[in-house]
Amino acid sequence: MQSWIDQLFGGTPGALVYLTFMLGACAATLALIAVLGMFLIWLERKVAGHMQSRVGPIEVGGWHGWAQSIADGFKLFLKEDVIPSAADQLLFKMAPFLVFAGSFAAFAVLPWGGKVVIADLNIGIFYILAVTSLVVVGILMAGWSSNNKWALFGAMRGVAQIVSYELPAALSLVAIVMWVGSMNLGDIVRSQAGWFWNWHVVQGFPFFTIGAFIYYISALAETNRVPFDIPEAESELVAGYHTEYSGIRFAMFFLAEYANMFLVSAIATIAYFGGWYTGLPFLDFIPGPIVFVTKSLLLVFVMMWLRWTLPRLRVDQLMNMCWKYMIPIAFFNMIGIGVVMLLRGRA
Amino acid sequence: MAGNLRTEEMILNMGPQHPSTHGVLRLQLVTDGEIVSEAEPHIGYLHRCAEKIGENVNYQQFVPYTDRMDYLAGMNCNHAYAYAVERLMGLAVPERAEYIRILVLELNRIASHLVAFGTYGLDIGAFTPFFYAFRERERILDLFEELCGARLTYNYVRIGGVMIDLPAGWLKKVEQFLDYFAPKIKEYDELLSYNKIFIKRTASIGVMPADAAIAYGVTGPNLRGSGVQWDLRKDEPYSIYDRFQFEVPIGRGEMGTLGDCWDRYMVRIREMKESVKILRQALATIPEGPVLAEEVGKSVKPPASELYTRVENPRGELGFWVVASGKDTAIRCKVRAPSFCSMSIFKELSRGAMIADLVAIVGSFDIVLGEIDR
Repeated sequence: MQSWIDQLFGGTPGALVYLTFMLGACAATLALIAVLGMFLIWLERKVAGHMQSRVGPIEVGGWHGWAQSIADGFKLFLKEDVIPSAADQLLFKMAPFLVFAGSFAAFAVLPWGGKVVIADLNIGIFYILAVTSLVVVGILMAGWSSNNKWALFGAMRGVAQIVSYELPAALSLVAIVMWVGSMNLGDIVRSQAGWFWNWHVVQGFPFFTIGAFIYYISALAETNRVPFDIPEAESELVAGYHTEYSGIRFAMFFLAEYANMFLVSAIATIAYFGGWYTGLPFLDFIPGPIVFVTKSLLLVFVMMWLRWTLPRLRVDQLMNMCWKYMIPIAFFNMIGIGVVMLLRGRA
Repeated sequence: MAGNLRTEEMILNMGPQHPSTHGVLRLQLVTDGEIVSEAEPHIGYLHRCAEKIGENVNYQQFVPYTDRMDYLAGMNCNHAYAYAVERLMGLAVPERAEYIRILVLELNRIASHLVAFGTYGLDIGAFTPFFYAFRERERILDLFEELCGARLTYNYVRIGGVMIDLPAGWLKKVEQFLDYFAPKIKEYDELLSYNKIFIKRTASIGVMPADAAIAYGVTGPNLRGSGVQWDLRKDEPYSIYDRFQFEVPIGRGEMGTLGDCWDRYMVRIREMKESVKILRQALATIPEGPVLAEEVGKSVKPPASELYTRVENPRGELGFWVVASGKDTAIRCKVRAPSFCSMSIFKELSRGAMIADLVAIVGSFDIVLGEIDR
């Protein structure tokens, strides 16, 4: 975005101009996340309904209940702000915002199209991995400050899970970075230009195909989705770390979850599935952002599909899978890509 | 600093309001992190003095109370009590009534096992099987509603027969339901039973050895899940069960250890198939005739005696010990609830389990607090 501002003003304008544009970009991203969140919540309920032999929202707004999320958001706004009296007030209030900030900040580096990106960082992948770790602190704060043993359980499980699964996720992305030679997200997408067999998931068979699966499964664990939804295991802990939250605070957690889902799907699209390229060059007149968002939404749909099909893993089985299976496979992946690079002279 | 750090065991309360305790059950847990060192069940939250009421109302007035004990198997509970009083009186039940009883008993068994299946999936985290199970169950409840007007607490199987004859076309509808339902069990197997994650969560969890099960008085699918071949319908036949051909599924330790949660769950799924078999046979051979014994008037007066009878409920052996005095009210009406005995072994099974396993174990017992507390 910076180069676009410079172009607009024919030179380097003052810090105030940058600040204004930054705030504008923040507001736009916030609005986008809000709309995306509402759409995804509606989609989740419809997908859940149809998979469960029922229809989901159907009344509110007329056509298939499209306004259901808006109505629910409105209701949450009007709810009384209940904070348990023995809860740690400051931490309790701050927690939802930290969780939200973790995913919100990562939206800054997503390349929606060829030039459409807010911050074209040359350490894009590194920044995303770093910033999404903020979620861990937020969850721990939420669970601890609720003064509720069950919330604490949920928070501890959640933290253990997220911290553990960051490793396979990072390792699979490191393999991509090795191959592309740059951490910049735009470069990663541009190395997949052209036909769909240039996409990393196809091009780097078998290593990147395995890597795509590893990343996607770790992403499921990062966002606390089934089969890894132990932290909010509804049938065990009521709602885990956000049991005591109601109204807008709960809405923040909810929104953060769906924003996070979209974020990890977007990163998977960027790293493995071709980013804003359609994969069929004759279709390249379709604007990049539309292709990008569609692909990410498809991956989000798969997440929803899994949620309503699979049961959940127990927490030790989950950790077992991460440390004994996913990390060794991710390492094997990385080494494999290194060997391929050596052989192909890309090192 | 490190010297001041100590880990304590956490005392935690699960319930009585909890999504997974299948009713108002309170589990007091002493845990070390995720591992439970002790889980003590506290019951009584649903106690409604049913047995005391049995001493104050007459025999026929007590039948609706039996519905509300194990409310998921109303017909079976009605029948257990009616059977006890009929045996006390030496009353003969008309043939058609016996066949109708078999029909509703086995339909109710299927409905009850569907709830067990659906809610167990929900406990383990699979949200969808619940909806499928209840979709099927709706059809059974529609049949019952057409028959006696109620969906859950039927008060249909009475002392001496059944309340009212079948409406026209009901038998055809039962047959249509059976044709619709039989392939669904295969669907459930594909979706949940053989799912790797489900097996990981239930196989070798909550292993109940056969001798421990017998010692604690566990009966029904819980006992059969441990490999014990014991079903009152076959071993102490009551009503006209000896006229029907059916198998009694038992656990075989297919997926893990014999007597684990998966075995108990699978026994229920297979029992649904067997119930379909019994239903088809009953549909084919049901005779015409009266549906209520003529001697049963406004009130029954069994001679002064006492008797313990037991039947095979979906949850196990439901026993009634009725002490009659020759008047129209019993002196004592004691209920032996199967879920109560299943819960008694819970404390032993839960030692060393993780919290998620507790949920799996309680779910695999398929308890109903209504009959534990009465």
